[in-house]
Amino acid sequence: MKHEMLKFFIFMTVVLIAPVFLKGGYLMNVLIFVGIYTILAVALNLLLGLAGQISLGQAAFFGLGAYISGVLTATHAVNPWFSMVIAIVTVGVIAFIIGFPILKLKGHYLAMATLGMGIIVYIIFNETVDLTGGPSGLPGIPHLSFGGIIFDSDLKSYYLIWVFTVVVILLSVNLAASRIGRALRAIHDSEVAARIMGVNASLLKVQIFTISGMFSALAGSLYAHTVTFISPTSFGFNVSIELLTMVIIGGLGSIYGSFLGAAILTLLPEFFRTFQDYDIIVYGITLIVITMYMPGGLVRGVPLLVMSLFKRRPTSAPSEKDG
Amino acid sequence: MLKIEHVTKIFGGLKALDDVSFSISAGEITGIIGPNGAGKTTLFNIVTGIYSPTAGKIFYEGKDITGFPPEKLARLSMVRTFQGIELFGQMTVLENVMVGLHTKSRSGIIASALKLPGHLREERRIRERALSWLEFTGIKDLAHTEAANLPFGKGRLLEIARAMAIEPHIILMDEPAAGLNSRETSDLAELIKKIKDSGITVALVEHDMELVMEICSRIIVLNLGNKLAEGTPREIQENEKVITAYLGDD
Repeated sequence: MKHEMLKFFIFMTVVLIAPVFLKGGYLMNVLIFVGIYTILAVALNLLLGLAGQISLGQAAFFGLGAYISGVLTATHAVNPWFSMVIAIVTVGVIAFIIGFPILKLKGHYLAMATLGMGIIVYIIFNETVDLTGGPSGLPGIPHLSFGGIIFDSDLKSYYLIWVFTVVVILLSVNLAASRIGRALRAIHDSEVAARIMGVNASLLKVQIFTISGMFSALAGSLYAHTVTFISPTSFGFNVSIELLTMVIIGGLGSIYGSFLGAAILTLLPEFFRTFQDYDIIVYGITLIVITMYMPGGLVRGVPLLVMSLFKRRPTSAPSEKDG
Repeated sequence: MLKIEHVTKIFGGLKALDDVSFSISAGEITGIIGPNGAGKTTLFNIVTGIYSPTAGKIFYEGKDITGFPPEKLARLSMVRTFQGIELFGQMTVLENVMVGLHTKSRSGIIASALKLPGHLREERRIRERALSWLEFTGIKDLAHTEAANLPFGKGRLLEIARAMAIEPHIILMDEPAAGLNSRETSDLAELIKKIKDSGITVALVEHDMELVMEICSRIIVLNLGNKLAEGTPREIQENEKVITAYLGDD
């Protein structure tokens, strides 16, 4: 319990003081994306890290959230907050409906089915030109506003997005530590034993898939209203793989780990601009290295590494051994 | 208590169970024995809803439960343990038992995510209940160990503690003594008797004849998917057909 409070305190401190140091520079803009990707990574982690169900199509929910919000506001002049609610609810309903058949699949088959889902949705964004603007994108999405404040600057957007990110993290941390979180982890370890204990595994998997979809739709809607322009490339297969990499780098099942993974994968390309065209290769290599040498992700792997470094010293010193 | 009526199970042309009928009475320890491939585990899998039977019916506490899924049977207070123990390896011993209390708690997704006060009270309550079940099986000192790190014998005790947390009316144990040393087996015998004395019906599939003869009041013998014999331990030991099935024809 204390441990959780400490993690939250460190996390909040980082979030609150980051803008003070950056003073609204270009990196502020990047940190907005760290927030959005944190929501997406946490959403995937609930599904993959807790329940052990893979999804290679998370970008579909992200994109649907963005496009529903975008089309409703830019084309039909619906209130942005209201359109955000519609986006989240609609994606929730869609996830719930497709969740039942798709989550009957396991392992590789589930990976393939979710991959297919992502690709189908991506094609829809591209082909329904009248609705989405197709490959050339959908411009003119309004910013969100609240009581006269329009969230149009980087600083204002930063705080807006991070309020949502913090809420999503808190809800997810609570959920992971609860009876529901335990039941999900039980499904992950042994679905048959979980069912014998009375856990309705098929329903619970669909429910967490739905929540994961709704959080992703929230991220999509925030993205649309912050960037004000969306096009299909932001919601392609690459994005789903990026999210998977974030979750695995941070650590499966670790909510704060997803924040770390999202931060690293969003910030690093900014520092190593030369990689830009090869980012998918860098993600691939990172995934392989982490799964081979740090299967618990950075959140668990780094403390273990530090501990082993400290332990090695005394044992290698002969004076210690003799004494 | 539990009534198996004309149950047949065919796996791709192979008859794993062939028209098996028997019943288990409340408050007793019933042993189900038989050579390998007799269909004992298949029978347990059918009773606990993991498989559905090709033909036949299962009645439990007077109710037709044929084809009920395991999660529904848990709510009717039926539970089982597994031959190769099925623990939640990445969770602590205590958390494993807390999953056993899933049907004894109610907090849903929203109450859990928002940490509503009722949810916190319930967490405290099931944590204490889980600890008391660990005490019952004598592994309370291991509460915060990760289940995957338990030695096999302790893992078996954890599986029983987790099953007991459901507060079952009947517990089906699939080879509980498999992989245990003789000391652990005699402790297990005491534990099973203790479970029976608390009013719970026990059915066990077991190869350890000494254990079966010691604790069971009734024994059912299966061979090649058929019921071969049924009776008290003494009757079974003297049954010609059983002796032939185990030792072969001379």
